[in-house]
Amino acid sequence: MGFEVLFKGSNFIRLFQGLSVALKISMISVVISIALGMVIGILMALDIPYLKSVFRIYLEIVRIMPQMVLLFIVYFGITRMLGISLSAEVSSIIVFSFWGTAEMSDLVRGALKSIPLVQYESSMALGLTTLQTYIYVIIPQIVRRMIPQSINLITRMIKTTSLIMMIGIVEVLKVGQQIIEANRKSSPNAAFGIFMTIMLLYFIACWPISRLSKYLEKKWET
Amino acid sequence: MNVDVLYSYFPKYAEAFILTVKIGWLGIVLALVIGIFSAFVTHFKIPVLGKIAGAYVELFRNTPLLVQLFFIYFGLPKIGLSISAESCGILGLGLLGGSYMSEAIRSGLDAVSKLQTQTALALGMTRLQVFLFVIFPEAVTLSLPAIIANVIFLLKETSVFSAISLMDLMFTAKDLIGLYYDTTEALFLLVMFYIVMLLPVSILGSYAEKKYRYRMLGQ
Repeated sequence: MGFEVLFKGSNFIRLFQGLSVALKISMISVVISIALGMVIGILMALDIPYLKSVFRIYLEIVRIMPQMVLLFIVYFGITRMLGISLSAEVSSIIVFSFWGTAEMSDLVRGALKSIPLVQYESSMALGLTTLQTYIYVIIPQIVRRMIPQSINLITRMIKTTSLIMMIGIVEVLKVGQQIIEANRKSSPNAAFGIFMTIMLLYFIACWPISRLSKYLEKKWET
Repeated sequence: MNVDVLYSYFPKYAEAFILTVKIGWLGIVLALVIGIFSAFVTHFKIPVLGKIAGAYVELFRNTPLLVQLFFIYFGLPKIGLSISAESCGILGLGLLGGSYMSEAIRSGLDAVSKLQTQTALALGMTRLQVFLFVIFPEAVTLSLPAIIANVIFLLKETSVFSAISLMDLMFTAKDLIGLYYDTTEALFLLVMFYIVMLLPVSILGSYAEKKYRYRMLGQ
């Protein structure tokens, strides 16, 4: 079935190293996305006239452009048009942060907008200061609404980073292909075993995170 | 940007566009069929099938399409299941989409209140009639925004098909960049064709969501 290849030499460890490249890029992108997304989300919720339309266009671009296309634009296009040479890693971090920031800011905006005005008014009527209103009433609710979805963004980011092999980064899929090529003679069925293993590796990386997200969502349901 | 180059590239892109759209929509239809079936068996907790569908949904929701395609296209032939690149694309998209559609429709089914079933049964409808004429239409309406979001997501996912050597838009762009080095023109056409493919669906999605919100307010 082609699983024996995994135990030859350091093949299994190499697959893990490949996966860690993808995970590293997705983690960096998630951190950037969450930080920038919060800022842009708050700005969007403030309904500043011109800024609002700019953000709308930004969100629409991210909504309809495949990440693969963005990756090509940044990796091949920017180099050509502006004469700046970006490494594949940097390009992918730029693209995934661009995408993640849009997703995150939409979540932040949605969460902020979902708090009814009544709550602000009631807090004021109860004699809370603005600061107290935010700390004790608004922010706890927003956090509860946002955390499950932000965690979900991590799994989506991990899944999307599988695309980086298409711009030549050696990650888990590429390592898999290399192993298959190298063992073509000795184990011709390696493709089955290797790709199934990679699928399971991704599953092991993503499943616990998406379970956690679902669990928190249920627990904090209002 | 060189207009002549754009002209000469256009037919190639048009051809790739048709292929991408064809595979995309066939995949989405397959995804809906799989999704409805799988949502049905998980919602009604049908003994063995329900568990299998649950495992399927978890597996395909938590792995990237690219890996799934590689497994289907390069892995399965090794155990004697060999299919063409085109069918592989449709199957891969259908399986991935099926898991997302299943979740969307299932949450719709869960959201329809129990009272509806009880009322319909009290009116003398059979269980099948209740499902077909009462529960299912309501569930689909409730999950429509999620379904449209999934359609957009799946159409975007078609961009990875070039990895299994399907001559889609991405493949054409990569090929032309490699051959003639007119990066700007090749990327411009790529973006334009994706806009043509996705903007109408996206606008339709926003419209449907607005309609849906009004409906919710009306209740």
